[in-house]
This record gives sequence, structure tokens and C-alpha cells, in this order.
Amino acid sequence: MPSAPASQRQASRPKPAAGAKRAGAQGHRGTDHRRLSLRARVADRLDAAARRLLPGAGLEQRDPDFIRERLPLLWLLSSIWFRAEVRGLGNVPDSGPVLLVGNRSGGNLAPDTLVFTLAFATYFGVERPFYQLAPEPMLAAPWARALRRLGMVADSPALARSALEAGAAVLVHPGGSRESHRPSWQQRRVDFGASGDFIELAVELGAPIVPVVSIGGQETALFLGQGERLARLLALDRIAGVRSLPVSLALPWGLNVGDLFGHLPLPAKITVETLPPLQVGPGPGPGRPDAHLPEIRDQLLRAMQETMDALAAERRLPLIG
Amino acid sequence: MRVAAKLRIPAAPELVWEIATDPAQALDFLAGVTRWEWVGGPARGLGARYRMLMRVRAAEVGGLVEVVEWQPPLQFAWASVTGIHQRGRLRLREDGRGRTRAELRLAYSLAGSGLSGILAERLAAPTVSANLRRSLLALRQLVEHERRRARSSGREPAADRRPARSRPERAA
Repeated sequence: MPSAPASQRQASRPKPAAGAKRAGAQGHRGTDHRRLSLRARVADRLDAAARRLLPGAGLEQRDPDFIRERLPLLWLLSSIWFRAEVRGLGNVPDSGPVLLVGNRSGGNLAPDTLVFTLAFATYFGVERPFYQLAPEPMLAAPWARALRRLGMVADSPALARSALEAGAAVLVHPGGSRESHRPSWQQRRVDFGASGDFIELAVELGAPIVPVVSIGGQETALFLGQGERLARLLALDRIAGVRSLPVSLALPWGLNVGDLFGHLPLPAKITVETLPPLQVGPGPGPGRPDAHLPEIRDQLLRAMQETMDALAAERRLPLIG
Repeated sequence: MRVAAKLRIPAAPELVWEIATDPAQALDFLAGVTRWEWVGGPARGLGARYRMLMRVRAAEVGGLVEVVEWQPPLQFAWASVTGIHQRGRLRLREDGRGRTRAELRLAYSLAGSGLSGILAERLAAPTVSANLRRSLLALRQLVEHERRRARSSGREPAADRRPARSRPERAA
């Protein structure tokens, strides 16, 4: 695969931590370092360490041959462990850029993303470029190299833009890490949070927006909460810019705090449904290109929640499906 | 991995061939196949290219295939261009009593994937094999339906017209 352009490589670097951002923005790192608080210096060091440990999770890391060779393993996992069912892939346009918007479940491991990646790769072939935007904690996990070669890239609008401009299919999860760690009893809820950049991007580039709804991932462990209060209590938000510390009961750890090393997922049945592309009407006028974005966001959220309700109604028992 | 299914169809190979090689009817009898669409080359015959997908448990697998052998009304074979490595063949042989022995074969490989590839090949085999068997049963139904339709309209299916010597002899 040809190497990525410089702008793309730049975009693929991990985001600097809060303190480092401030230091970098001033442009006088050397001079200001003495004046930085302990908190900012710790954040700076953590950021530097992350940069050393983590190669940029950019578009160039996707490896079609690697994906082809791993398809049997993914198929075994999906078919036997998760008894996965993926419906409606025919709704995805056969070629060209497409923005797939999904809900995210199952903690940092996100088994529904792996199931969908397998289904997409077998349906359209590994030759069709397909990227999945993933939260950085997930790409920091020990298996991250394999995930990056499967097409997972850091959750960054710049990367999504590069991929769509190159004609790729991009799967985004607006709810991100927060949604994937929601309590298990809230698995029927599609929660985008405040994110909405992706819609603007798709509208701007004229890419079809295809909703993807999955259920079952939240049963792979007993997720107890996002742990935002815990992160505040431990001052992690101020020290390292970490705003949540999800807590779950998961194998093999028992009490799993942070889910940084993932967990052994329980064999929950995962069902994924792909909906027809959203019919995005023309904007209100040349002077107000952003005015109808909230409307599109609501339309998308409504379609996904309705499908989620229908999928949830099909499930009779946890894990069994 | 190689799987196959055989079935006797009470019609001449020509009629079976007409139906089995009609791309418009492919989805009517190919069990488990969710997509069979022409993408290039002639509509049917040597060099025709189709995109085919078969649902095997959690995924729809297949890819772009090309017809690489074409011997009407005896057999045709296809091989994969992209997607999963596969080679398939439909053989039609007359059994001497006016019927057709149909055999559908499919060889597929997940080479290069190590142990997981070997396991996946074997675990997929029962599903694929059942799909082949059901495909032949559905093909027989289509052929029988076509013969009944032709009979009720007072005409003989063109492809089923045979020289007198090869017709099955009636009880003396």
C-alpha cells in the first residue's frame, strides 16, 4: 500500500493530552516548561510516552492481505462465539464514499465492530477500503496493531475526511467510548452524546449516510457505568484529561476498571442491521449550510432508535438472544 | 475443501441446461446464495463474470467469479477472480433413460489463514454442502415445473425434444 500523504500521517497521530495541548499552543515549550504546573507536566510526559509507544493509527496501516488472512478467524468468532447475524448490507452503496454511522457496544473490545468488519469485508471484498473510527484507548490495547491492520483508525475528523475523500467507506460511532461503556441495562439506548461533526462532514462531501444498528455487545460483560464520577473523584480528569473510568464485571478480571486491557467477552448473540441511506434533503440556502444539520442528526437518531427497539423486541433472553 | 451434491432430474440435459445457465433464474434455485448478478463479459457463456455471495452462518461469502469452461449441455465451471478462492462445476449427464444425472461441485480454500482457515473450511462444509443439495432439489423443481407448464399448454419444451432412439422405452 502506498504511504499516506503527510497531512494524513499528521492527522493520524494520537491527540495530545490537555496539558500538552496548552503547552504546544503557546509555542514556547522550553521557556514555559518551568512555569507549567505538575499536572501539566505529568500530562506532557504521558503524551510523549504515548507517542513513543503508539505508532500513528492512520489510513496507511490498513492491510487487505492481513484482513483476508484473518477473515476465517473472525468468521469463527462471529459464527460460533457470537452467533452473529448481519442484515441489510445490500443497503450500502456498492462503490464510492459512504459514511456508516453506528452505535457502539461491548466496551473497548467492541465485538459488534469486529462482526461488522467481517461482514463488510466478505460482502464487498477486502479490496474495498473500509475504515472504522475507534476511540484511542482501544487502539492503545495490546492487540491494537492487529486492529489497525484491520482498518481501525483513531477517532479523528481529519482521518474521516481523508478516508471519505479517497472514496472509502468509513464507520463512525458518534457515541464513542462513552456509549460503549453504558450500563448493560441501557443497551437498548442509542446515545450519540453531543457529537455531530460527522454529519457535517458527510453532507459537505456528499457522502451517503447509512445507519448501522447493533445489539448484543453490551451483554458481553456486566457494564456498571461510565465511571465519570470515579474519574473526577480520582482527579484523573485534571491530571491526565481522562473524563471517564468505566467499571464492569468481566472475565477474567472480575471487577474491571478502565477496560484498558479489554476482557474475555461472554458469548452473547450479536445482531447488526444496516438501514437504507438517509435521505438528506437540500440545505435551507447557500448562506446557511449548517442549518439543517440538527434535523439530519435527529432523523438519523430516530431511525436508529426505532431499529434498536425492534431488535431489542426480538431478544428473549440475555446472551442467548 | 471439496463438497458436492448429486441428483437425478427427470428431464433431458438440454432442458436442465437451459434453466441452470439462465442468470435470471440463478437466484430461484441457488440455495443460500443472496446475490448473483452479471458484472461483465457475455450475459452467459465462457468469460461471463458474476458477483455471487452465499450466506454461510455469520457472513455472506463469495466474490467475483468467471465462467472458465462452457460445454453445452454437458457442463460448465467457474472460478473466483476476487474474494474467497473457489472453483465450481455443474455436470449434466444423460443416464440412458431420458433423465439427467446432475452433479454440483464446489471446491473452496482459505489457504494462508493457518489453523483458523482449516477449522473454518471444515465448519463451513456442512452448510455449503446442504446448500448445494438444496440447490439441485430446487433446480429439479424448476425443471419439472417447466415440463408441466409445457405439457398443459400442449407443447413440448424445446430443449426436451429428443430423438426417438434415446426416449425411454415404454413397457412392452
